[in-house]
Amino acid sequence: MAFIDYYKVLEIDKKATDAEIKKAFRKLARKYHPDVNPNDKEAEKKFKEINEANEVLGNPENRKKYDAYGENWKHIAEYEKANQGQTYYNQSQPHEDFTSYGRDADDYSDFFESLFGNRSRSHSKRHQYKGSDFSTELNLDLQEAYTTHKRTVTINGHNIRFTIPAGIENGQTIKIAGHGGDGIGGGPKGDLYITFSIKNHPDFKRDKNNLYTTVTIDLYKAVLGGEITVNTFDGKVKLNIAPGTQNGTKVKLKGKGFPVYKEEGHFGDLYITFQIKIPTKLSSKELELFTELSKLRTS
Amino acid sequence: MNTENFIPINTLCQHYKLEISFFNNLNENDLIEIQLVDNIQYVHKDSIYEIEKMVRMHKELDVNIEGIDIVLNLLQKIDALQTELHNVRNRLLLYEN
Repeated sequence: MAFIDYYKVLEIDKKATDAEIKKAFRKLARKYHPDVNPNDKEAEKKFKEINEANEVLGNPENRKKYDAYGENWKHIAEYEKANQGQTYYNQSQPHEDFTSYGRDADDYSDFFESLFGNRSRSHSKRHQYKGSDFSTELNLDLQEAYTTHKRTVTINGHNIRFTIPAGIENGQTIKIAGHGGDGIGGGPKGDLYITFSIKNHPDFKRDKNNLYTTVTIDLYKAVLGGEITVNTFDGKVKLNIAPGTQNGTKVKLKGKGFPVYKEEGHFGDLYITFQIKIPTKLSSKELELFTELSKLRTS
Repeated sequence: MNTENFIPINTLCQHYKLEISFFNNLNENDLIEIQLVDNIQYVHKDSIYEIEKMVRMHKELDVNIEGIDIVLNLLQKIDALQTELHNVRNRLLLYEN
């Protein structure tokens, strides 16, 4: 772990007074507090750093050691603790690397704990706080998003099985209550937020609950009409092609689109665009017939 | 009214160590909805997450009630814009190969 310059973190001079440190911390806390930066990992990380910096610089004894020993200050503290038999910083984890704590989601609640003074030396009152919220991303393909199904994710070694409702959207986040970090002082556990990333489908495009696809039909079916079979997410569907169907013609198959999120039995529509395939490499007979047709049209 | 799903304001005051005026101010600014039953003020338990957020802003960031109102409004706007951005991005996929 690289050395962190806490003065830089708090954007203050090394000669800053206690009041200036406090002011800088409050100002940065207002800017990066998780409540005013929801789902912002960068802000969360920055908030941890400024809190950590405040833990050190906001305590005159810690600051003195930090100023004297720089990045080695914590080792000096441990050495002193060992010699004097004093509890110094973290009673439950005396060998914790101070500059590297709070770097993953597990430590987030510790961070809050220290912010509110539960673990600090100068505060003795205990509060109950909800544990930190965890977040993760899950990739699905469009077919998977079409049906309600169960999935398991592993968060910090714990398998969490949950249901993904049909119709989940790309970028949508769902909350799994009570699967975040442990609460503080007996407070409730945090929540797990899962954001879905839904991959494109080669044949179908989705816009909310509607699906869009392109179906190629041959020239003869377009001219003469007939029946074709098209694929939908709900299986194969027979479709009548009207005689004289033009290239780019769109038809709507009602209720054959994507399921509406958390509205069982409700579906969007499927929009089909017809693309007419013009025959190439004509045989001499075909060429003759097309020529004849052309003459009939122009005469 | 059945108060099973409601939390007395006094309980919140004790828990968060805040004056009742804080909650009354939130109520006056339409940030929470206080219900009066038999002369006891309650809030619905579903609102506790939002209340905790406001309490944190007040206690940890020294934001006053008006400031909390502004922050919450701006967060709502950000949320709406993010939703719109998601929708637009998803729509854009229609035109991408």
